[in-house]
Parts: sequence; structure tokens; C-alpha cells
Amino acid sequence: MSTFVVENRIWDQAETLPRGELAALQGAKLAETVERVQRIPFYQRKFAEAGISPGQIKSVDDLQRLPFTTKADLREEYPLGMLAVDRADVARYHGSSGTTGKPTMVAYTRNDLNTWANLCARFLTGGGLLPEHSVQIAFGYGLFTGGFGLHYGVEHVGASVIPAAAGNTPKQIMLMLDMQVDALVCTPSYALNISEFIIQNDIPRNALNLKYAHFGGEPWTEDMRTRIEDELGILCFNNYGLSEVIGPGVSGECAVRDGMHISEDAFMVECINPETLEPVAPGEEGELVFTSLCKEAMPIIRYRTRDIASLNPEPCACGRTSVRMSRVTGRSDDMLIIKGVNVYPSQIEQALLRVEGTAPHYRIEVDRPDRKDVATVKVEMTEDRFSPSVKEMQELKDKIDRAIQGITGLRMNIELVSPNSLERFVGKAQRVIDHREKG
Amino acid sequence: MKLKQLSVFLENKPGRLRELCGLLAENGINIITLSLADTEQFGILRLIVKDYDQAKKLLEAKGFVAKLTDVIAVEVNDQPGGLSEILAIEEASGISVEYMYAFVIKSGEKAVLLFRFDDMDKAVAALRQAHLPILDSVELYQRAEA
Repeated sequence: MSTFVVENRIWDQAETLPRGELAALQGAKLAETVERVQRIPFYQRKFAEAGISPGQIKSVDDLQRLPFTTKADLREEYPLGMLAVDRADVARYHGSSGTTGKPTMVAYTRNDLNTWANLCARFLTGGGLLPEHSVQIAFGYGLFTGGFGLHYGVEHVGASVIPAAAGNTPKQIMLMLDMQVDALVCTPSYALNISEFIIQNDIPRNALNLKYAHFGGEPWTEDMRTRIEDELGILCFNNYGLSEVIGPGVSGECAVRDGMHISEDAFMVECINPETLEPVAPGEEGELVFTSLCKEAMPIIRYRTRDIASLNPEPCACGRTSVRMSRVTGRSDDMLIIKGVNVYPSQIEQALLRVEGTAPHYRIEVDRPDRKDVATVKVEMTEDRFSPSVKEMQELKDKIDRAIQGITGLRMNIELVSPNSLERFVGKAQRVIDHREKG
Repeated sequence: MKLKQLSVFLENKPGRLRELCGLLAENGINIITLSLADTEQFGILRLIVKDYDQAKKLLEAKGFVAKLTDVIAVEVNDQPGGLSEILAIEEASGISVEYMYAFVIKSGEKAVLLFRFDDMDKAVAALRQAHLPILDSVELYQRAEA
């Protein structure tokens, strides 16, 4: 167990606004956002279809009159249809993985980047970060928002960053030891790899100065938290975000570690039944929906995250007044997160189509043996595909492998199976079997 | 002078080969010879049977993927050097063996070698020119049943 104690600290006063003041602030910012999105043809259409004029939206109670935005909408508007400012005013672009091989692009103005850094500073501070600390960021730096988001958040607090980026575990540990790093930022599954390496190489725990870690980028469980905390002797904090909304910084745990505080001055949150689209009762699981309140470059209205979680409006012992969200326990679509990468079964289908020309039957099985995500794609053979030559069969497997890698960026095991051996489904096919433990 | 080989895809699953052999046995189909090519993930079973069309239908009805492939059968003396002579002929013609297997008709007398070459027509021509006995299906089944 960790001997490190995180004191309750709050980064800025917006986190403790009385609920009434918060609602008034949200209402005003919502009206501004609704005005701002009128520069986007997509929202002009959506508002016209819903018969809403921007002037009708005045308070938080009007939120539910607004149309939803979905991932499919963002894909259709690729690359920059959702931009509400001139390209000259954009300071940075990021992207998230999509189902078609093309990412969903997101954009930030200079002000957006400042907002974002401040939001990350909030949860980092809530989870132990002090200006004198050094933080090793083992997230990918690139289109993925994780690396850069946390990077600027740490700097915003005044602490120092070691931008180690993803991968190369021995080097990560060397840096951690030599630089006497205080905190680690990565995916929880990567933390398990790091921990495993430390144990296997008999690195004494007291050689490390590591005190705490901030995990995001994929769902994880309390069991994983206990395991990592026991093995590394640190405290682990959960944070949540998605590029379409801003990236990391949408919510994060405080020292109490009982749910993630949503930065409600920056985002309005709803939790809906994904079938009926009606709000669920507080504490009940549903799909999270976010509306941005202060984004300039890409404001977004009622974005359906497809992430399943619950909301807790009860006041927290830390003093923050914001609603807390639970861990994400699932998806209302079929997206998988494998090694921190978003993968849709439709991508596999698309890859298989590229190889053979017809949509075959397939199944994706995901497991986490030895703490690493392993995905296996089972593909049914047909007479057309079958060749009595081992070489040709291996070539077929290699082709499938390359096509999947090309679209998802991930290496998966390819297993050829007999025809009709995979279960058939009436209606929605169950293409995925996830053996990993759930949150 | 090519023969039909029945090639069957076998996924890496316990009992699959036994299931296949059981099916052929129940239907009175005798396996003259076979060869199993295996990889880490799957196998390809190559069968020589007399009633290959019937066998193919039976297997397909049970969910197996089966295909008919041309192979060449050559009869040689069951003694050292029998195979090497054939390989030398094909090598001289620039033909490669994709796979092969063999069975002995009567120990010390005759053996039959089954070949799949990368260029089957060229391979037949080269063997003919060298006056090597290529067996047709009738001859092969006769030898096997003798």
C-alpha cells in the first residue's frame, strides 16, 4: 500500500461554485454556445429541423430542446465541417480514431488550449500534483489528446513534465529511477506492464520515488486499482475525457476518490437512456451526453459519448460542488478499447472486405493474459478462400493481418476457422467477446 | 494423367480429425493415403480416396471446407534413389515441388509417390519424357486394392 497521502486541494474557485450560481453561469454560457454554433452549417440545419431559433435558448432548462450530435455526424463533417472559427484562428488540431480509418479531427483556439490546460490542472491538483513535482507522461504524443492534454495541464500547475511518451518500458523505468519521478501518467494497462517489469527485474520499491499516478484513456476496474497500488505502493487516480468534447479534463477524481468531478462550468452533462433518449434517474446508469460551454473552435451540442456511467449529484467531502460520474462501465455501441486504441468491429469487417471482396463471418475475442490486451479475430473459411497450399493460407492470414493493422493500427491474432463454426445471430450480431474484467 | 486429391481445411480444434475419419468410415470410404500439413493455427489434410466426389459432399454437409486438387502419382521401385531420380528430372526442368507424400504398395517392391508441383503440366511432360510411370486413377486404385 501507498504511504503517500494526498491532501485535499482545489485548483480554482469555479470548482466550488454554489449550485445556483453554477446554473446561472451555465445558462449564460449555453446561450453563448448556441449562438456560436450558428456559424456551423451542420448546426444551422439541425436547429432548423428541430424548429429552434438560437434566441429561445436562455437557461439550463432549455438544454433538452437541443438536438443531439453523434460520432456519425462528426465523421460526416470530416475534416473540419464542425469548425466555428476561421482556420487562421486555430492553434492546434487533434484527432481520435474512427471507424473508417480516418480520424475525427478536433480543433482548438489559443483560448481553448488555455481552457483545456486549466481543466487538466484541476484534476491533477485534486489527485496530488504540486508545483515541485515531476510527472512522467507515458501517453502517446500525437493526434491522440492524452499526451498533449496532460502535458500542458502539468505545466499549467507549474510542475515539470518528462514527456517519455508511450512504450519502451525499460527506458520508462530508467527515467523514473534516475529522475526520481513523483508521478506517472499513462493508461492503467500500461501501468500494469510497468509494475510487472519492476517486479520481474527485482527493482526495490524504495529505489523509486513514485507517489501517485493519473490514469485515463481506457476503462479500468477497482481491482486493477488495488493491484497497481499494492504493487507499486502508489495512489492511483482516474480521469476521463474524450477528444470530441475536449480531451482529458472533462472529469477526474479528487482526494476522496469516490467518483470523478465533472467540470460543469465548462460542460453540461446529461445521463440518458440510449434507447429512449430520456434522462435516467440520478445514480442510474445511462449514456453520458456532454455540451461544451466555453469551447471556441469546435463547440459541441449534446454529444452522445456512447460511454455508460452514472451520475452522483450528492455533495462531495472535498468541497467541490460538481456532479461526479462513476467509472465508465461499458458502451452503448460496440466500440472496444484495445491497448488504449478505440476499435469498432465494423473496422474489422472493413478490413476483411478489403482482403476478399465479401463480408465473411468473424468474431473478435479480447483478453488480457499477462496484463497485455490481446485481440484475436476468428475468420470463417469458405471454399473460395480455402487453398490446399499452406503457403497460400499463410499469405491469406498475413493479408488479413495487414488489412486490420492498416485500419485499426493494431496487431491482432488471426485465426481461420471452419465455415458455420461461429455462432449466427438473429438481428444484431454479437461480434465481440471481451474476456477482460469489467469496471 | 492427373489425379484428384481431396484437400480439407482443419481448424485447430480437438476432435476435428477424428470426426472427419469417422465420417468417411461410416460411409465406407477407404483412405488410400493421406498427408497432414499443419501450422500453429490450422491444418490441411490431403486425402486420396476413390469416391472423392462423394467424400467431398459428405464432408461439406458436416461443415468442412474441402477442395479437389490435381496431383501426380508416380510409381517407383521401393529402393534407395527412387525419389531422388524424379526430383532431379523436375529440377532440371525448373519445376518445384509444392508438397509430396508417398505410400508403399508392397514393402521392398513398389511405392507410389504423390506430387503437387508448381507447374503441373510441365511436370507431367518432363516425367513422360523420362519414361517414368505416371499412374492414372484406375491404375492407382488397382494398386491400392491389390
